[in-house]
This record gives sequence, structure tokens and C-alpha cells, in this order.
Amino acid sequence: MGEPDRRGPSRAIAGWRTGVIVALAAAFLAGPLALDSYWVGLLTQIVILGILAMSLDILLGYTGLPSLGHAAFFGVAAYAVAVLSTTYRAGFGASVAGGIAIGTALAAAFGLMVSHVRDVYFLMITLALGMVLWGLSYRWIPVTGGDNGISGIPTLEAHAGLPVAGPLAFYYVTLVVFAACAVLMWRLVRSPFGLTLRGIRENEARMRSLGFNTWLHCYLSFVIAGAFASVAGVMWAYYNGFVSPTYLDLAASSELFLMVTLGGPATLVGPVLGAGAIVLLKNVMSAYTARWLLILGIVYIVAILAAPQGIWNLGGRRSG
Amino acid sequence: MASGFNRTRTHMKHLRILVASLAIVIAGGLLTAQAPEGPIRIGFIVPLSGPFAQNGRDILNGFLLLLDEAGYRAGGRRIQLIIEDDEAIPAVSLTKARKLVESDRVHLMAGTLLASSGYALAPYVEAQQIPMVFPVVSSDDLTQRRRSKWIIRTGWTSSQPNHAFGEYAYRTLGYRTIATIALDYAFGWESVGGFQRTFEAEGGRVVQKMWTPVSVHDFAPYLAQISRDVDAVYALFLGRTALQFMRQYAEYGLKGRVPLIGSGTTTDEHVLPFMGEEAIGVVTSLQYSAALDTPDNRRFTEAYRRRYNKLASYYAESMYTGGTWVLAAIDALGGRVEDRGRLLEALRAARPTGLPRGPIELDEYGNPVQNIYIRRVERVNGELQNTVVATIPRVSQFWRFNPAEYLRQPLYSRRVVPAS
Repeated sequence: MGEPDRRGPSRAIAGWRTGVIVALAAAFLAGPLALDSYWVGLLTQIVILGILAMSLDILLGYTGLPSLGHAAFFGVAAYAVAVLSTTYRAGFGASVAGGIAIGTALAAAFGLMVSHVRDVYFLMITLALGMVLWGLSYRWIPVTGGDNGISGIPTLEAHAGLPVAGPLAFYYVTLVVFAACAVLMWRLVRSPFGLTLRGIRENEARMRSLGFNTWLHCYLSFVIAGAFASVAGVMWAYYNGFVSPTYLDLAASSELFLMVTLGGPATLVGPVLGAGAIVLLKNVMSAYTARWLLILGIVYIVAILAAPQGIWNLGGRRSG
Repeated sequence: MASGFNRTRTHMKHLRILVASLAIVIAGGLLTAQAPEGPIRIGFIVPLSGPFAQNGRDILNGFLLLLDEAGYRAGGRRIQLIIEDDEAIPAVSLTKARKLVESDRVHLMAGTLLASSGYALAPYVEAQQIPMVFPVVSSDDLTQRRRSKWIIRTGWTSSQPNHAFGEYAYRTLGYRTIATIALDYAFGWESVGGFQRTFEAEGGRVVQKMWTPVSVHDFAPYLAQISRDVDAVYALFLGRTALQFMRQYAEYGLKGRVPLIGSGTTTDEHVLPFMGEEAIGVVTSLQYSAALDTPDNRRFTEAYRRRYNKLASYYAESMYTGGTWVLAAIDALGGRVEDRGRLLEALRAARPTGLPRGPIELDEYGNPVQNIYIRRVERVNGELQNTVVATIPRVSQFWRFNPAEYLRQPLYSRRVVPAS
């Protein structure tokens, strides 16, 4: 599933990757049956943040557009669900559709402002737009509740009228959503469209001279990534039952960036690994020591030095 | 080149083994079950990293001091404290609460600092039916319009000391017009709202209300705007913003021209030692002062200073009192805390005595009725302190209003009462 290089993956890395996939599948499918509800909750977080990290990977890994404002769509979709389901008492379908539609529409609007710039300029503008939305969530108090956020979002099971309820039921619903998103994104990056995105990442001038509309490709990539981020945001709102401005602050966006780079950009599986590694490290470390931030920092540095291509590419040849 | 390549390969192999074994260790950890009997487990959530780490540390210090004094025992059982850092991020507070309840199987929880974390936790606490003590979070509605049966607040509501202070400012300080400047979030709105309500009920007028972002770095634009024709300026800040506001207020020549009053946090002991002459004479109100001259408080502040070598802040006192509350409830049950319903009743019925801040009791909404102290900053023996100049006894979160009627009014917010 990783990027094929010219000589094909070596046997070592193929073995590593098979192991990772088997372990991931086992953990995602069977893990919850053996674990208590707290760990099921963490797995749910990993799966939701996995969708989000994969969506950023489309931009960052495949198209080569480093966004530092990607949490904005995630957060806005979550806020949309919160406002619709509490203030307007909307039904499940309307809340979910509203969340995804508003998040995607926002991506479509922001895309117009950023699709013509690259590299550090892209980074700066997405960062600025993300901060604007964060400020809005913080100050548009009648709608967003300001710093206090909005709580009281119904559980997904109750809102959708599912016959089952509880952390386990919610987890498997999330897993189905995750699987659907993963398949769609995987198809996308393998499609001619996805290959064009990679072409733009490698050499945009050449792609343009070949007749591709690179602006449009970047724009669509941005909107699609925003749409998947919105799906994750909707699930996150139901998972936590509340929203707050921290969903779309800079720390959220940069942590997301870290998930993708730690796991391995342009791989889709890597970002899920990155999400899993960060969620587990944060929660396991902080339970044992107050110095967990220090340990987390060391882990990141070691990861960058030892596995610059990400966890997924551990054992792969160092290539440029 | 070839050997270098091989070395990288072996290196990678080791790294892969390391990552895989780490994963197995974590997985193994997940599967170990918790023993059903044993000590009483108290889950404790505060920010220990991030911008509010210092406040969180003070809260934790207060609890550790108390537990040490109690020998980590209550009701004949050992107490096990499980500390979690919520980074002052509401979603993290919730994750940590889930861990404490669902994985550590704690018998009750205590803690957290910010209103946003408090509101995020309330539905979960309610759904899990686990008693939780809020020693610090002061958002009015947690024990008013959106109160939760399972939350016991041993702290205060933001407006509680300010109701008393508004009346005091009019009657005793003799102010008639006031300008307010406060941090622009719920804590600021509720504090200023409470002050304005009782001050204006007496006949005073709040003629100017200014709000500064929580992340404010320079007060110059605000101080330039502030009215010079008012009788006093009411300020609400904490931490770094309190230090900076005080200094700039003096630099702008306002000190000595317009008296400064404010929320208790503006001159709280967590920032007071870092202030200078600029703070002297500032009058504030709170349910506590480290300078409160009672035997109980002297004992507490001396023990705190011996252990941590600093002045006890209201954060430390809040958790010391909250913890005392918890231990009293556990004692009353003889350590049988397994029945959550009975534990909740015991928490509501607890009447611990000898508290640093003076006598308190819970009202039926789960918020303390307690003394409010009017404090003036003075220098005594070379150190700044909040000298208590007046005590307003038995102040309820509803002040002297009828609770039912009070609750029909909207929550104090940025827009509820404009400046007149």
C-alpha cells in the first residue's frame, strides 16, 4: 500500500508492513472485545483521528501542500453538529449532513484563497485562516458558547435511534465509517487524479506543461481533504458530547501534522499509525509520570532521527 | 558504502524489534485487570502542563499537604490518589475522567481548573453517576441553571463574592460610578455581572465596561480609553495578566488618581509575591485570604509555607478545603465508599470544621454558603498581603435574592447588562 519505488519494496520492509497491517487489523477488529471501556474509548479516538490524519495526508503527503489549519474543518463540522443538535434540535440525518456540508463548504471557500500558493506561503495562509476560525469559535459567543463551548450533544446511538448503545457500539460504528473513508481515500490516491496530485508534488511546472490544470487539482485536493476532515469532526462531536475552541486551535493542527509525519506521509496507513502512536503515548505516559511531555519530545526527536520516513517506512531505504 | 548500508539495515531491524516489543508491552498493560478490593481510589484532574500548570500545581499542593497530614488514610482505609494532567484542554479532561472511572475504577473524582473543562465533564459525571468534587471551577451555572446532581462544589461561583462586593463598594467605599476592565470570558462576565447587579441595585452606575482578550499582552490601548472621571476602576485578571495590568496601571499615572478595586484573583497570593508598590491599596473580595487571622488559617498557611516555601494561594486553599470535605465524607461512611449513592449523600451532608477559610455549608444546589472577605493589599513585615478589612458572613450564591426568581434571570454574560 505504500509508495512503490522502482525496485519494489525490500523483503524486510514488506515483512514489517504485513506485520503492521495484521496488528492494526487485529487491534481494530478484535481489540475492543478484550479491553475495558476506557481503552475502547482510546481506540475510538485513534480511529477518528486516523480518518483526520489520512485526510491531511492527501494534502500534505500526496499533493505536497503543508496545511497548518486542517483542524479547522474538523472543528467546524463538530461545531455544526453541536449547534444543530442542541440549539436547533435537529435530527440525526440533518446534523450529520449539516456537519459534513458546512465543513466541506468551508474547505471549498478557503480553497479559493490558498490553492494558488505553495510551500511556506501555503503554510502561513492556512495557519492564518485556522486562527481566524479559532478566534471566531472563541468570540462568536451566542452561537458557539465561547470558551465554555457547547455541551449536551446527544449520543450517536440515541440520536440515530440505534437499538444498541454504549462505547462498544459507538466504536464499531466509527470503525465502519473509518473503513469506508479509508477505502475511498485509497481509491482516490490510486486513481489517475491521485497520480496527478503526486505529479504536482514532484514537479508542478512539468505537470502544467503537460497540460494539467494544476490549480484545479490542488483546489479539489483541498476540498476533498476538508470533506474527510469534516466526517472525522462529526464523529468527534458525537464521541465527546461537547465542542470547545481547542478543537480548532493551532495545537490541534500541529499535532495532526505530527501524526502524519511521524507515521509516514503519502502512505495513508502511516498517518493512522501516527495517530495511534500519539494518542497512546500521550495517555499511557501521562498516567505514569508528570514529565510525560519531556518523554514525548524525546520520542519525537528519536523518531525524526531514526525513522525520517515515518514508522510505516521503518526499514525502508533512505531516499530523498 | 555497502557496509554502511548494512549497518543501517541492522539498525532498522533493531528499531523494528523495539517498536514491536513496545507495542506488546502496552497491549499487555491493557489486559491486566484491577483488583476489586483495596484502598479508596480518588481520581484527581488538574492542568500540570500548559499555560495553567502553575495554578494546577497549587491545587495539587493543597491536596498533597492535606493527604500527608491525614497519613493517606480516612474512614479506616488507605487513600490512593491517582493524578492526571488535563493540560487545561476540555477534551483531555474528559479523556482523563474516562480513564479514572473506567480503567482505574476510582470511587470519586476531584479537581480541574477551567470552566470549559467543568462544563465538558458535567454530562459525563452525570451519565456515569460518579461523585465529583469541584474545588475551584467557579462557573455560576454548574450549580445553578445547569446543575448536576453528582457534582459537589466546595469552591465558589464567580459572582458570589462580587454580589457582596458590589454592595460594599457603594455603601462602605462610597463609590457611585465605576469602570470595569476584565478578561473576556465566562469568569470575567460572571464576576463583573454580579458586581454590577448589586452595585446598581444600590444606586451606583457602571459607566464603562471593557473586555480584554485572555491572551492580552499590552494594556496600553485599554488604559488610554479608560475613563478618568469614575470613582474607581474594577479589574479582573489573574496570573501574568494581573501582574502586567497592575504595573501598567501605575505607569499610566492612574494609580493614586482613580482607586483600583477588583476580583479576588487580581491580587491573589499566586501573583501577589511578584507585585510591588503598585498593588498596595487595591481592594478585592474573595472567600479566602492567606492573611486571614484565624488559628485554622495560620496553621494551614504555616504548614504550607514549611512544605512548599511559598505563600498559600486561594487555589491551594480551595483544594485543601475540598479535600477535607472528601475525607470527612469518607470518615462518616466508615470507609464504605463502594455505594456511590451513599457516598454522594455523605458528601452533601458533610460539615467539616476547622477550615482555613472559615465555616461553610452547602446549599441545596451544591454550592457553599460562606464568608466573603473584603481584602486590601498592604505591606506587613516586608511582604505584601491581602489584609481582611471586612467580613460579610454567610453569603449564598444567590446573594439575598430568592433562588427560584434568581434562576429565571439569564446567566451573566458579556451582553446581559450593558454599561449605563
